[in-house]
Amino acid sequence: MEKIEITLNINDNPYEVMIYPNDTLLDVLRDKLDLTGSKESCGEGVCGSCTVHMDGKPVRACLTLAMEAQGAKIKTVEGLANVDELSNLQQSFIDHGAVQCGFCTPGMLMSADALLRENPNPDEKAIRKALAGNICRCTGYAKIVQAVAHAAQPQDDCCDCKSKE
Amino acid sequence: MSDHLFVGKSVPRTIEADKVTGRAIYIDDMKRPGMLYGKILYSKYAHAKIKSIDTSKAEKLPGVRAVLTGYDIPDARVGFLKDQTVLKKDVVRQFRDEVAAVAAISPEIAEEACRLIEVEYEQLPGVFDPFEAMKEGAPLVHEVDARGRPTKSNILPLPWKFNAGDIEQGRKDSAFTVKDTVSTTWVNQCCMGTSGCIAEFDQNNNLTLYNQTNVIFGHVGRISEYFAQIGLKGKKIRIVNAIVGGSFGTKLDTDIYEFISIQLALKTRKPVKILFTREEEFKALPPRQPAIFDIEQGCDKEGNLTFRKVEAVLDNGAYTSWGATTPSVMLMPMSSLYRVPNVFFQATCVYTNNIYCQAMRGYGNPQATFAVETSMDTLAEAAGIDPLEFRMINRNHPGDETPMRLKITSCGFEECINAVKEKLNWSEKKGTKKGRGVGMASLIHVAGGARVTRSDGHGIMVKVNEFGQVDVIESGTDQGQGSPTVITQIVAEALGVRPEDISLTFGDTALALWDAGTHASRHTFMAGNAAIMACEKAKRQILDMAVEHMPKIIKGGFKRKKRKDPDFVEPDLDYGLIADPEDLDIRDRMIFAKKNPDHPHFRIPVSQILREGLLGSGESKVVVAEEFYDPPTEMLDREFKGNLSQTYAFGTSGVEVEVDEKTGEVKIVNLVAAHDVGKAMNPTLLLGQIYGAAYTGVGYGLTEEIKVVNGRVMNPGFRDYQMLTAMDVVPVEPVVVEPGDEDGPYGAKGVGEPGLVPTAPAIANAVYDAIGVRIKDLPITPEKVLAALKERGDVC
Repeated sequence: MEKIEITLNINDNPYEVMIYPNDTLLDVLRDKLDLTGSKESCGEGVCGSCTVHMDGKPVRACLTLAMEAQGAKIKTVEGLANVDELSNLQQSFIDHGAVQCGFCTPGMLMSADALLRENPNPDEKAIRKALAGNICRCTGYAKIVQAVAHAAQPQDDCCDCKSKE
Repeated sequence: MSDHLFVGKSVPRTIEADKVTGRAIYIDDMKRPGMLYGKILYSKYAHAKIKSIDTSKAEKLPGVRAVLTGYDIPDARVGFLKDQTVLKKDVVRQFRDEVAAVAAISPEIAEEACRLIEVEYEQLPGVFDPFEAMKEGAPLVHEVDARGRPTKSNILPLPWKFNAGDIEQGRKDSAFTVKDTVSTTWVNQCCMGTSGCIAEFDQNNNLTLYNQTNVIFGHVGRISEYFAQIGLKGKKIRIVNAIVGGSFGTKLDTDIYEFISIQLALKTRKPVKILFTREEEFKALPPRQPAIFDIEQGCDKEGNLTFRKVEAVLDNGAYTSWGATTPSVMLMPMSSLYRVPNVFFQATCVYTNNIYCQAMRGYGNPQATFAVETSMDTLAEAAGIDPLEFRMINRNHPGDETPMRLKITSCGFEECINAVKEKLNWSEKKGTKKGRGVGMASLIHVAGGARVTRSDGHGIMVKVNEFGQVDVIESGTDQGQGSPTVITQIVAEALGVRPEDISLTFGDTALALWDAGTHASRHTFMAGNAAIMACEKAKRQILDMAVEHMPKIIKGGFKRKKRKDPDFVEPDLDYGLIADPEDLDIRDRMIFAKKNPDHPHFRIPVSQILREGLLGSGESKVVVAEEFYDPPTEMLDREFKGNLSQTYAFGTSGVEVEVDEKTGEVKIVNLVAAHDVGKAMNPTLLLGQIYGAAYTGVGYGLTEEIKVVNGRVMNPGFRDYQMLTAMDVVPVEPVVVEPGDEDGPYGAKGVGEPGLVPTAPAIANAVYDAIGVRIKDLPITPEKVLAALKERGDVC
């Protein structure tokens, strides 16, 4: 198989990269571009740890060929924060204890971020549906769901995150 | 204790900002210069002779740097009973047997090379059921033991037999007795980050192993034993942890792939990384130990337990890891969950050609508690006593010494049961049937360390620089549980600084002092106690400096003022207030006089004193303190008795379920998880542990099962292994009981594992309350519910 050169637009930066036609977007992000925030946990599109955005839609980077991503605006977890400032969603994940081992977190954030762009006021059911393809072993999901709800509609007394003083 | 600035507060975890931005470096993300990738070829059969291995094609593949088989490396034996070699030769005993390994310049080439290795096998009869394996004439999984002596049976030479009191007397004292057979199956830990490591040798054959273990010094011990067998005795071993993508027990033992990466690195003289695929995680990593229990219990007319007799059989698989030691933890609920005077427990571990097992959150406790709590319900029913009332009668009390000689100190058991009663509205809901029901189960677990090795200690080092910044060299690990943040809170509180002043370094054997491991829910308790002691020492060093420098700094300030303002009159201060370090304290970065905390002049930033004391004129100093906390506990004696933990956790889960009698599906309507945690050090992190553990417990109860057929794992992926997702809504209502523990740091006890332990039996008991059939074999799948209803004659 011959390598080909493609250009990818990732987090608003152009990357020229030599790839094999069967390289997945996840392989290219992680191994060729050192954007290791996107994680591989199952490699078969079930767990959602590798979720990135293509033109604003969440996709599984492990099931997406890098070639397919040409011409699209790709966003990864590395592109969620504005240089120094975390996004509301990222901050909310921290405040609510939605992160434990953190391996599912990049994918969770990307799925949740895509939801909030589509639906700024999701109810719990919509949040759970949007996260249904993202597996987490540590948290039991409760605090992740709270974090997303809070990022959508910050409330002073939304949950136990406010027990801190 | 209400004046704490940081303890008891939901201080956010320090590492989280890296985790939400993709900066956190897991083993997956680590690369070393010149690094090669290792892959393993596993057996094709559950039991077979290896006739020949031909690696020539694999070796010729461009990019391959080494191909190893068991015939290329020393016959060193590893594992708890030293019953396996790293690469297998002559005989394979399970599908996951490692037959060959390849190092190549990419994982793809290494995988391709594995496919090119030709192995000729001669199949042998296998045995896949522990009861079959115990029969005379069953195929022997091991023809010889670790020392080369012929074996006669598949039963492991492990002495798991416990006796306290007199079972026969207990029977005589009983008005009611019940017998149940209860079983649990294999479940996978399902860490989202898969297993992996990088082995790297220097020119002198000293090893650095980039890793994700939670027992860093245990790793050093096991690898040095291995080194002694392969001609590397005395070589240095350093374990350096990456950020860990979950552990749940998987990183307790040193696994075979780690020894393989070491061998490949030795052969190639390059760093070699092995990273498991998800399929390998299911097929080639030891899961939770399954067990089958015959349990018999009795009580008198008043409902007081009279005896408990349990015989367990454990399918050990082909080799031993920590799965074979789970009976040591099973003993705890068997002998000490509820007051029971006469106890017999025996566990028989049996070799089969199935996968072998290791630790998972709770160790053997979830299995054993499923047995005890199923039996508690059947016995309550036989005695005609409400199951909640029955448990209240038999609950443990502060001050009890159990038949295993566990000394119960703080114990919020009664509060936990009462919380379930109230929150579930137990009295109204119990026994209404019609597909809806309530059930409960409780737990006891170690919560103040667990002396399973001779030292149960934990070392910590605290050093403070001239800016008042604190480096804490911690010997524990963070697999996501968050206890390092709790340690940060404790250091901030005990030293008088702020959490943001503190940097924690952990998971590196070259830096850390010895520790028994971040396991057994012990980290907060052990490291917390060690941290308080170390901070007291460091604080004393700072206060000694303060005594020396505070008067000078204050007087110097007055002199400067006077230079600027000739009318300034130096106040007449009682410097006696700050003349003794005992009279000073530090809080929130300020040093002050204890006798007059608001004194206008005797309050000085700690960084000012440190700059003066560390870098100023006169004798140079450092502020550094180390401490080692080893609790006053006992190892279990020959009879398996002894107070192995400094305190114990108690908790009760109450569950309300709705069972669809047409589909057999069980829906959790409410799950109350009441836990005696001593003291909630960080409420958000604590609740994270309770929610997460309860959820994994629900999976254990209802959906999760590694399907093993004739030794082969049939569902090695998330598609077919039924983990709960965000769509499986389980309303968990945590109740935090805080009696305070006099031996715990600021009153805290361990809480990492307990949440999982009572969940599955509480569900099973609720299912029984809902539909009147009792499922005694986990998980409680719709198929099993329907089959049980059919047997009862309710469903055609």
